[in-house]
Amino acid sequence: MSQDQLKTTERPLSSDEHTRELLVALAGNPNSGKTTFFNQLTGARQHVGNWPGVTVERKEGICERFGVRFRIVDLPGIYSLSAYSQEEIIARDFLISGGVDVVINVVDAGNLERNLYLTMQLLELGQPVVIALNMIDEAEKRGRHIDFQKMSHLLDVPVVPTQARIGTGLDEVLSKAIEIAADRNRKQPRATRYHPTIESEINALEKALHFPQHCPLPPRWLIVKSLEGDEDALNRLTIWSADGQAARSKIETARKHLEAHLGESLDAVIAHNRYGFIEGLLHEVVTLKAPREIATLTEHIDQLVLHPWLGIPIFLALVLLTFELTFGVGGILSHALERQISALATYLTNVLPAGPVRSLLVDGILSGVGGVLVFLPNICIMFAAISFLESSGYMARAAFLMDRLMHAMGLHGKSFIPMLMGFGCNVPAIMATRTLESFQDRLLTVLVLPLMSCSARLPIYILFAGIFFPKHGALVVFSLYLLGILLAVLSGKLLRKTLFSDTMSAFVMELPPYRLPTLKGTLLDVWDRAWIFLSKAGTVILAASVIIWALGSLPWGVAFGSEHSIAGKIGKLLAPIVAPLGLDWRAAVALLFGVAAKEIVVSTLRILYSTQYATAGASGVEDTISHSFTPLTAYTFMVVSLIYVPCIATIAVVKRETGSWKWTAFVTSYTLCLAYVIGLLIYTVGRLLGLG
Amino acid sequence: MRSENNSDLPGPENKRWRHGLEYGRQPWREGVRRLSDLQPGESAVIAHIRCRGRLGERLAEMGLTRGTVVEVLRQAPFGGPIEVRVRGYLLSLRRCEAENIFVESGSVKNN
Repeated sequence: MSQDQLKTTERPLSSDEHTRELLVALAGNPNSGKTTFFNQLTGARQHVGNWPGVTVERKEGICERFGVRFRIVDLPGIYSLSAYSQEEIIARDFLISGGVDVVINVVDAGNLERNLYLTMQLLELGQPVVIALNMIDEAEKRGRHIDFQKMSHLLDVPVVPTQARIGTGLDEVLSKAIEIAADRNRKQPRATRYHPTIESEINALEKALHFPQHCPLPPRWLIVKSLEGDEDALNRLTIWSADGQAARSKIETARKHLEAHLGESLDAVIAHNRYGFIEGLLHEVVTLKAPREIATLTEHIDQLVLHPWLGIPIFLALVLLTFELTFGVGGILSHALERQISALATYLTNVLPAGPVRSLLVDGILSGVGGVLVFLPNICIMFAAISFLESSGYMARAAFLMDRLMHAMGLHGKSFIPMLMGFGCNVPAIMATRTLESFQDRLLTVLVLPLMSCSARLPIYILFAGIFFPKHGALVVFSLYLLGILLAVLSGKLLRKTLFSDTMSAFVMELPPYRLPTLKGTLLDVWDRAWIFLSKAGTVILAASVIIWALGSLPWGVAFGSEHSIAGKIGKLLAPIVAPLGLDWRAAVALLFGVAAKEIVVSTLRILYSTQYATAGASGVEDTISHSFTPLTAYTFMVVSLIYVPCIATIAVVKRETGSWKWTAFVTSYTLCLAYVIGLLIYTVGRLLGLG
Repeated sequence: MRSENNSDLPGPENKRWRHGLEYGRQPWREGVRRLSDLQPGESAVIAHIRCRGRLGERLAEMGLTRGTVVEVLRQAPFGGPIEVRVRGYLLSLRRCEAENIFVESGSVKNN
């Protein structure tokens, strides 16, 4: 059905329906097509934020059909309603908060067995559920016919076949949602029947625990979850049960009794029973048209991309391509943008009278914000590429291939791509860590990422290696990249052992079937990221640029960034601190300004040393620098520039992605200390070896 | 990783095991192997899973329960994760995770 056809099915609005609003929660497994479903319903009328208090993405959108306003909240993709991961807790809290009118459960029809595991748990929650059998065409293609009417009948919930990609069936899902939300006498959906011994125990507990008549949460659900060993559910149970804390021991006794009787851990038996119920259901509703499943396209692709010898080269080639697109093609666009910005700067310089306003606009805001804005093309291209890899299903394969290596570093297989992107620019790389599901893994990756030497640090290396190591320049630069990687590995291991002492997250990961990503989905993804970058990072960067500009130009009248400016004074103040590293106050000022953007280290050094060479009569800035540094201090300076403090844009994005000032402060101070220690080590050892 | 899983071992060798229970089916019975020892192309039936907590629950919700047929499809290079087919979809898990899953041949199903 096309969009136009869908529109004609809309009924005229009657006045009482006009104002109706339904809060719809969209729940489903990852890879069930839930996001496509959401995008198709809400189009551009959606916004992305974070769930209150946590950094898990929250998508919300509006859709109007049949005179009803649907407020659709896209829950995180989850496999279960246990209380282990942040995503599951969010989804669960939202579902049991009481505000949800209807739950739309998006189910991958081609992978019914596992998808229905979540469904069974949603049904136990007792809220109105509509099941969308998504990608029904794929299931049919694979020779499976699903009798959705029979399924609906057996489960006592509406079941609608859909193809979210082309919009088929979505209206019917919504109309069923309106129906079921309005139906006050709706039947309770069929819930899993557990092992008879468990069932009789549940029934006994339901009576023994004295729940109030209108308990907001189904007592049965509370009991089952508590028996499964779910602490959160158990706490809620003690609140609602008239027995209070005594209920806790009753549950505990029941569990011990059941485990002794069944000879197996209770959560395993409960999961086993749920799957047993699903198997029975599928036996009734699914007919296999093909005698045996034919090898799918996914299997053919996997034979190639996960090949024992070819797998890794193919992966590296794809990464190289992404890198090339991001920093090659993206670089061309960003240079174009840079030219526009500098043209604007020239224009403003010509038009405005010299003074604080012009200086603030040109030296402060344009060079600070403009210097960061030029990354926008890179970010858009990289996210288009990552979104493609992610939604096509390849990212899971990349994690599969790289997990061994990353696991040795205390990281997850999916950390590899963000780490590699870090060589281009840390900002999009940190944003790319969103592909990691576990917050712990993500945080750890974010914390070690600034040690990957980004392209903005390259000009520093080029300048110094060119002056001091003309013959072995490449080797010196290579050693710096290697040092960054080594420190990232060691920090990763160290942080995992200390701050992240709780267990490493599991790698039990689905390898989803390959699918062609939709253009709409990719564009929405890119837009989300670009917007986050522009709005969040933009505001912080603007503020920081103004501060740095003020430091460089006050007190009014001094040459920008000179000895007499506040920055210069701070530099003098910092001089004793950097002296043990063999560096002078100019280097300190350059490093200070470099926090705005690491390229600024070079431009600051040029400004500071050019004033000197004018008086000393040296032949050029390079010449002055070669007199002020020795090869040893030059190398120390490069190492310090590599490690010390991420740039403002990176700091801003760390704040944004971790949602915590604490971690932002941690990464800043950690890198600063590390830079000092390593710098001191290199300079001291070098001196002892007589290199200074 | 490994030490964490071992602390979940059932039986008398581990005092931290919640109720001192032992599973009905012992891993050392004849014909029972670890999922991590299966070669690509081999399939077997899960006899029992020996881990608790987050990992145990995660395996269960992904459909790895007693009596389920699993087929090992491939191994990642350099001793990386393994890929299995279970309940009609593809799943990858680390070797150390697969070590806690005990399988046997045949299609015995019991409740």
